[in-house]
Amino acid sequence: MLIPHPLLGLRDAQEFTYLGDAALLNRPDGMAEGAAEAFNDYVYLRDNPAGVHRELWFHEQGDRSWLIVTRNTVTHEILGAELARDVALAAKGGAQ
Amino acid sequence: MRFSGFRVVKEALTGHKGWRPLWRNPAPQPAYDYVIVGGGGHGLSTAYHLAKVFKGSRIAVLEKGWLGSGNIGRNTTIIRSNYLLPGNEPFYEFSMKLWENMEQEFNFNAMVSQRGILNLIHTDAQRDAYRRRGNAMLLAGADAELLDRDGVRGMYPWLNFDNARFPIKGGLLQRRAGTARHDGVAWGYARGADLLGVDLIQNCEVTGFRIENGRVLGVETSRGYIGAKKVGVAVAGSSGRVMQMAGMRLPIESHVLQAFVSEGLKPVVDGVITFGAGHFYVSQSDKGGLVFGGDIDGYNSYAQRGNLPVIEDVAEGGMALMPAIGRARLLRAWGGIMDMSMDGSPIIDRTPIEGLYLNAGWCYGGFKATPASGYAFAQLLATDAPHPTASAYRLDRFARGYVIDEKGMGAQPNLH
Repeated sequence: MLIPHPLLGLRDAQEFTYLGDAALLNRPDGMAEGAAEAFNDYVYLRDNPAGVHRELWFHEQGDRSWLIVTRNTVTHEILGAELARDVALAAKGGAQ
Repeated sequence: MRFSGFRVVKEALTGHKGWRPLWRNPAPQPAYDYVIVGGGGHGLSTAYHLAKVFKGSRIAVLEKGWLGSGNIGRNTTIIRSNYLLPGNEPFYEFSMKLWENMEQEFNFNAMVSQRGILNLIHTDAQRDAYRRRGNAMLLAGADAELLDRDGVRGMYPWLNFDNARFPIKGGLLQRRAGTARHDGVAWGYARGADLLGVDLIQNCEVTGFRIENGRVLGVETSRGYIGAKKVGVAVAGSSGRVMQMAGMRLPIESHVLQAFVSEGLKPVVDGVITFGAGHFYVSQSDKGGLVFGGDIDGYNSYAQRGNLPVIEDVAEGGMALMPAIGRARLLRAWGGIMDMSMDGSPIIDRTPIEGLYLNAGWCYGGFKATPASGYAFAQLLATDAPHPTASAYRLDRFARGYVIDEKGMGAQPNLH
């Protein structure tokens, strides 16, 4: 699999380590009401879809950036990649 | 139709005209007491034990494709009970004991061969860990022997003992472990269940659950609605997809694990050897092919095929351990989809939906568990109480903090 790194171009997936569902970016607030249940969901439960999946890959053997790769889990086709930082900042309301 | 030596001779003398199909091919009834979703090893074993041990009746197994078309026919056929933790080891030893009597019990040749499994040791720390594991196995009534370097050399003199990175210093041996003919296991349980009146319904895909007021009433299928008092789901690899239809998210990711077989060779590996440090394990099939594999690819997948880097990694592990393997040609490579759970251990439990039961999360270790998994799941379905050896496999153990993490890797499925 080749991952289209937004800064470095096509890179072999072997240079990356895999973390999992990109939903892991949305860490719950540990001080909020019902935090224990929210963290159980966050840590242990997964959508695990057959089809398009947004997931976190770490460019460990490269520039050590975190990417969100959009990939089809049925065909292994890679549909795109973005810097996880950009996605996280955009979710927080800009500041890019 | 019973199988016996006498029967084989009789059929040989009469032109093999007396053999019959091993099971019926019934159309689905409108309703059953028990519906098992998934006609793989665990589903068929569940139906068999439900009918045989727990005297259940009106049982159906629904299979999307043909019986045994999933992981029961895609694994590397190893049976063993060499686990460490108290939540796991008694269960796998119970399974091992069922393997030892299975062929007599269901009158089918599953080619169970207790040829022994050897886990190689390369460091003092690993020896300590394996000594502890061996003791845990003995405590649970299993067998275990710690071998030194000469002990391993006596068994497999052709291993590369002086690899610069991972010299072989000994091994943990379980002699009662071994291999079994994986399809034969599925066929044996299918035939056994069919003889006890279970309807094995193939080409029948479950497309939804009918749930009212928190209780399951039946399943929607590609062959119409089928009512059920209790529904047991045993569809490892697809558990996430199936349980999503019941509105549940699971502590499971689906990953692909590859396996390989070489061309047929003369007998060389008479047991099972695991080289954990090099991500490689090997046995030899009765046809002569070396059957081997390594780690999962490590990313979510439903593709039933992996990628080349892992093939290369496994081949390198093989070359490091047994350089002679370099002369053998690879015949086939394939992949199976694993339910990788968040702690590396399985789930056999009720669900929050009344009447809906789940058997899932077997990671890459489901084959060896086939008999006990079916037995325990059948007991849960029939009595609503867990089998004593499977009582730790709760669905809510993650929320309660009672994970069973053999490798101590945490909630990271691709590391288990």
